[in-house]
Formats: sequence, C-alpha cells, structure tokens
Amino acid sequence: MKSPVRSEADAFRFVLMTIGYFALIVIGYFIDHWLGLAVFVVLTAGVAWFVLGRRGEQEKPVRQAPAPSPPEQHRILVVANETVGGGELLGTIRGRAEGRNAVVLVVCPALNSPLRHWASDEDDARTAAQERLDRSLEGMRAAGLEADGEIGDGDPIQAIEDAIRTFRPDELVVSTHPEGRSHWLERGVVDKARERFALPLTHVVVDLDVHRS
Amino acid sequence: MTTAAEAHDHHGPPPIHYSSRVTPAVLGMFLFIGSEIMLFGSFFTVYFFDRIVNHSFGGQWPPPGYHRPAFVAGVNTLILITSSFTMHWADSSIKKGNRAGMQAGLMLTVLLGLTFLLTQVVEYHRLGFNTSNTSFAATFFGLTGLHACHVFVGLAILAVMTTRAFRGHFSPEHHHGIEIGGIYWHFVDVMWIVVYVTVYLL
Repeated sequence: MKSPVRSEADAFRFVLMTIGYFALIVIGYFIDHWLGLAVFVVLTAGVAWFVLGRRGEQEKPVRQAPAPSPPEQHRILVVANETVGGGELLGTIRGRAEGRNAVVLVVCPALNSPLRHWASDEDDARTAAQERLDRSLEGMRAAGLEADGEIGDGDPIQAIEDAIRTFRPDELVVSTHPEGRSHWLERGVVDKARERFALPLTHVVVDLDVHRS
Repeated sequence: MTTAAEAHDHHGPPPIHYSSRVTPAVLGMFLFIGSEIMLFGSFFTVYFFDRIVNHSFGGQWPPPGYHRPAFVAGVNTLILITSSFTMHWADSSIKKGNRAGMQAGLMLTVLLGLTFLLTQVVEYHRLGFNTSNTSFAATFFGLTGLHACHVFVGLAILAVMTTRAFRGHFSPEHHHGIEIGGIYWHFVDVMWIVVYVTVYLL
C-alpha cells in the first residue's frame, strides 16, 4: 500500500479538498439543517468510495516494458522467499540458463508484518531473507550458475519493479509455495506480475513439505 | 552485491532500504499528525458530547448569552488558508530552484500565521466569557486554544525554516525541511477548517 499523502504538494491538495468538503456541508446546513446532514453523508460516502476505488485502481496492473539488456547476455530475475532454496526452482533456473550466457539475480523480498513494516522494524525480516538468499546463492553457484542476489521490498511486486529498473532482466521466474499455502498466490502476485511486466514469466511451485519428508 | 561474507563482515543493522515508499522522516511526521488527530478527536468528542447531552438550554446552541464571533473567525480562516497557499508557493519554488520565491513564501506564511494568532488573542479578550463560565465556554476555549497552540508550534517550525532559508540552506535536491514543515502547516490549516466549521458555524 502506498500512502496517498506523500509530500507537501499532496498535503496542500488535501487542504483544498477539505475546503470544498466543508464549504458544501455549510452551504447545505444554512439552507436546511437536514440538507446539511444529507450533504455530509453523501460527501463522506463519496470520499470513502473514491478512496476505496482508488486503492483498487492503484493495484491495477500497469504494463512496464524493461530496457533491453546487452544482446550477449540472458538476464534472469528470480523472485522467491521461503522457497528460494527449493530444488524445483534451481532446476528451472538451470533449464532456463542452459546453452545461454545467463546471469541470474535472485531477489528475496523481506517479508514483514504490516505493523513492523510501518514501524520501519525490518531488521529481523531482512536478516531472515538474507540467510535464505545466501544459502540459495551458494547452491546456484555450486551448480555453475552466475548468480547474484539482493534483499527486496516486502511487497513482491514492488521488489520486482525495483529490480527491473536496475537489473533489466529478459525474463522473470517467480517461486511460490503450492496453492493453498502460498500468501503470494492468494494475493494474486503471479497474475499481477504477468500483467504488469512485459516479460516472459515462469511460475515455479516449490513444496517444502516434500523436501522435508 | 550482497553476499554471505559481506553480511558477516557488516556490523550493526542492515542498510536502510527505502524502495519507493515514503521516507522515514515523512513517515515520522505522518505518525505525529496521526497522534495529533487523535488528540483533536478527544476534544471534539467532548464538544459534541456537551452539545448533544446538554438539554438545559432547550436545545439552543450556543447557550443563551453567548455569541460566537463567526465573522472575525471567518476572516481569520481566510488568512490561514492563504498561508497554506504561500507555504505551497515556498515549497514549489525551492523545487524549481527559485530561492527568492521560497524565502518570500516562507516570510509571508510566518506573517499570516502571526496575524492569525494575534487576531485570535485579541478576539479572546473581547469574547466576554472565560473557561470557568459553562461547559460550552470550556470546550470552546479548549478546542480553539488547542489549535492556537498548534499554530504557535507551526510558527516556531516556520521560523526555523525561514532562518535556514535565508542562511542558504535547501536546494531543489535537498528540501526535506520545507517539505515536512509544510505538511505540518497544512495539517494545522485543515484542523482549523474543521474547528471553525464545527465550533463557529454549525
């Protein structure tokens, strides 16, 4: 979620909207007290509808084409968190990289609770993500892949967007838990990423329970 | 690149990751404003409680014998709204590298804020009632006085911003001081509109 008021300019617009909001209520009130109340109810409902509608609008996908990478390299952006060390993911990446001069960037979003996120208490989340990432990178390098990694934003879509700006991938690999256990799938992260980013996307399902048993 | 070796060599918490979200300084101001809204909310609750449950005046509000100076407060409202425009002018100016515009905008904002505050002090003296008279008087002074305190704090922040502006601080790239102080000033303005409409008009 992005804050609707992020700057002085946004706050100034809020002042203007407040003036309009209360001006209409006061005008209605002086015509008739009940009209004032009705205007208040209608405007408040309208504001609530606009805010909620806008939130939905913000989540609508915006297609974003990345700048082309150097032709001699094939750049693969991998986004995964708890499943980052999964064998299925490693196999998929090896398959995608085979026969190419592939460079892999693994992004682990630092998953955090909303409360901790807004309190900027991300240390534990980032540390946990870093540990998973380090283990995963070791595995990839051992498999002969040229891989690098970084911790991303807690919001996976935001993390992909950030990485696209700097890494300029040719394709995207998103790894999740299976349906029913994956928060990302529940939130439609894979579908949103497909619609939002003009990149070939491979979705890998990693069942960690199978790995443990 | 962030590797295991680097992570182990690094002491202290991991580097701050802002992404494209709101910066900690702006977030801090929003959290502060959130607490302020709750503070004002408690005063408004008292005001409305008093207004709704107080039947001893036959439903008349304000109680007989009390006059709310709506016109003077209305003029004061226009002054404060104008100060939001000048504040926005200051912020827009520094973003474009116009230092003179920023300085003029801040100076005007300080002057308008001072005018608002002095007008309110003068109006308090002319009201003819004080906090100990009735619950209406107490809530009236409580709400408007609480807001006046915020204007005072806002003026102190603006004074620091203006001093820094005249000492050569701020640039199109670094103007966080203007941005955050501006957000606070707009909050004070919005809160006054709510107070004015609630206490003086309705």
